Amino acid sequence: MTTAAFKVWRSDDAGGHYENFSVDVVPGMVVLDAIHQIQATQAGDLAVRWNCKAGKCGSCSAEINGNPRLMCMTRLNTLNLLAPVTVEPMRAFPLIKDLVTDVSWNYRVKKTITPFTPRPADAPDGTWRMQQADVDRVQEFRKCIECFLCQDVCHILRDHHLHDGFIGPRFVTYAAALEMHPLDVADRVPALKGEHGIGYCNITRCCTKVCPEHITITENAIIPLKERVVDRFYDPLTKLLRIFKS
Amino acid sequence: MTTLPTYEYDVLVIGAGGAGLRAAIEASAAGVKVGLICKSLLGKAHTVMAEGGVAAALANVDDRDSWKVHFADTMRGGQYVNNWRMAELHAKEAPDRVRELEAWGAVFDRTTDGRILQRNFGGHRYPRLAHVGDRTGLEMIRTLQDYGVHRGIDVHMEFTVVSLLQTDGRASGVVGYERERGRFQVFNAAAVVLATGGAGRAFKITSNSWEGTGDGHALAYQAGAELMDMEFIQFHPTGMIWPPSVQGILVTEGVRGEGGVLLNKEGRRFMFDDIPEAYRNQTADNEEEGWRYTQGDKNARRPPELLTRDHVARCIMREVKAGRGSPHGGVFLDISWIKKRLSGGAEHIKRKLPSMYHQFKELGDIDITSEAMEVGPTTHYIMGGIRVDADSQMSTIPGLFAAGECAAGINGANRLGGNSLSDLLVFGKRAGEYGAAFARDNRRVPIDPAMAQRAADDALKPFEHGRGKAENPYSIQSDLQEMMQRLVGIVRTESEMQDAVKELASLKERATRAGVTGHREYNPGWHTAIDLKNLLAVSEAIARSAIERKESRGGHFREDFPDKNPEYATFNIVTRRRPDGSMEVVRVPLAPLPPELQQIIEDQKS
Repeated sequence: MTTAAFKVWRSDDAGGHYENFSVDVVPGMVVLDAIHQIQATQAGDLAVRWNCKAGKCGSCSAEINGNPRLMCMTRLNTLNLLAPVTVEPMRAFPLIKDLVTDVSWNYRVKKTITPFTPRPADAPDGTWRMQQADVDRVQEFRKCIECFLCQDVCHILRDHHLHDGFIGPRFVTYAAALEMHPLDVADRVPALKGEHGIGYCNITRCCTKVCPEHITITENAIIPLKERVVDRFYDPLTKLLRIFKS
Repeated sequence: MTTLPTYEYDVLVIGAGGAGLRAAIEASAAGVKVGLICKSLLGKAHTVMAEGGVAAALANVDDRDSWKVHFADTMRGGQYVNNWRMAELHAKEAPDRVRELEAWGAVFDRTTDGRILQRNFGGHRYPRLAHVGDRTGLEMIRTLQDYGVHRGIDVHMEFTVVSLLQTDGRASGVVGYERERGRFQVFNAAAVVLATGGAGRAFKITSNSWEGTGDGHALAYQAGAELMDMEFIQFHPTGMIWPPSVQGILVTEGVRGEGGVLLNKEGRRFMFDDIPEAYRNQTADNEEEGWRYTQGDKNARRPPELLTRDHVARCIMREVKAGRGSPHGGVFLDISWIKKRLSGGAEHIKRKLPSMYHQFKELGDIDITSEAMEVGPTTHYIMGGIRVDADSQMSTIPGLFAAGECAAGINGANRLGGNSLSDLLVFGKRAGEYGAAFARDNRRVPIDPAMAQRAADDALKPFEHGRGKAENPYSIQSDLQEMMQRLVGIVRTESEMQDAVKELASLKERATRAGVTGHREYNPGWHTAIDLKNLLAVSEAIARSAIERKESRGGHFREDFPDKNPEYATFNIVTRRRPDGSMEVVRVPLAPLPPELQQIIEDQKS
């Protein structure tokens, strides 16, 4: 049986270090399998978050050889096993232990976004009518499994630590899903310009590149919302009209 | 003795999958103070794994559908040992529960006239499953989560309950630990709703995540509540089988609903070889008719691939045993063939089954639009659970409620696909509603701090055992899973199950010596050691109930009693804890079916 070397981030009193492990490789193996094997045989207390092991729950986000990935969807045969595989926690969030980070900021941010607000029902039985073509783009955003890998690579959060000023690609996408929902009547554009900080995004597309659900975050969510902000607040004609009106 | 930090709620919900969230929302709407405990992060529960859809007789696609047909389908699928009242409530209320989700922001796939689209599924007579591609569970949990967080519910994430507390014979709260720091906390509540999901981790090959250790089942059982129907485990016929690391991951029934066919290695559609009598009138007898059914022809009958899951799983096992299986011990599931029938078939597959396309491409190097998948049965769902009152969902312990997979009754001997998502909406709501009413009528009773402390001390024992001669909890867990798979799996016999009971006793003894290293902060070894207790109790209930049922019915198949025995259609099997800690197995007669419901069943037999 072939083996693979792993360098896994372990917390310690000084902050943390890499610990080396050797793992038996079986066909089709993914990085999460390797971590489980290490837990079961070498380091029972190695902390990792996971649930479905099928790319559907978005729990096992980590940085594998420096790339933000889901551990359960990263097969060993896509990695160079001649060198040790490094597995580290997401670096944009505070560390709890080993591979587990504190992502509670994301839950707090989501709560600040105006929730779904439907128009009155279309039919007397309290139901609505929507065409598939009108919900396609919203359904793309609703594929999101909230793995927060897009937040992890967003340089505004990761490098500039502007967690108080920008909600990050995940929640711009969430806002887009609500703004583009055919039934929704709430207005989130002023908040996007203001406290939600969409202007910080300078469309480097890193979020789109790492999305395991292949959501086109930048082009389909962020840019259209940026355009709405621009149309509303920065269009010279509208601006002029506003001056005259006031 | 220091008192553990204590939270107080009117209604405390344990579990934040679909049932738990729905219960919390309903209780909160009733104006009481609600706490919600999640074993993982919010929105990660096993409900996200549900793929095919939520069953509700909306009759958007076929106007012949109604609650009566859904009721009859559910009873037939459950082989008539279901709690008929639950099946009735479920069929009647599911449409409203689904429409409600749309009002809360869910975006289901649409019909051409703009309503919620419904698809075919095994055992459902008409297209009944409202869906979003093949990620319906994610849509549901996200909708409930995003709606729920604005309803004033206190959410406690990454918290595991280790014991249910009672005061004067009433549920009064729980004690457990929060994962991040490993500290114990007490919750004192007037009503407790268990919504902890399933127990698939008792088996080696399963579609369940690490959380599915039967916690609610075991907590209720240890507290003296009754478990029912524990012999009925659903082995989903189509799990991934290759490569080994993906073994057990679910392949949605939606693949078959969209026209996918099961083939043995000779390329034969073996499902045509064995069509049960109860379904003969509703099942196509040729491939052409089956195809027309999947494409919405209302005059066609369903293909045999869409028979109930228990039957399909057994047919697959038969092919494998007869040496007609696929290279890795399963059979082939082919959706790519529909390209011959549909122009743009490859794109159609990707649009209808995006997650499946993705899953096989990334994990198995297989393009399902051009090759067949290899599939085999995987432990998916437990029909058995906490015995509850059909209307209120209250267990046999006052103040203790249960909803969703951890409750028993609606599914009988076999669950129809899509009925779990509707189950958790219908009965999650009911548990929340009745839980809140109970909390209003019965004030919170104080918990006994000594009892809470004892439970906490007990949970810390694995640290005392440390390393040295202690048992590795991971090894005990995998030995248990391997044993249950081998001795109490899809095909069962008396002698093997008796061996299982003996092995469980020795595993139980080993579990008392489980030791862990490290500290209490986010220590998975420790968590595994704690969950063992639950897995062992649930496994014993499964094995003992399966021994008691000396016939084959639904998800329970016995090689030594391969046929159905009408005598066994008259009762459910219940397990409960004797005062000395041993497990008692009793037969509880089924409530007589009212004539009007009996009539509905008869009417739907044609």
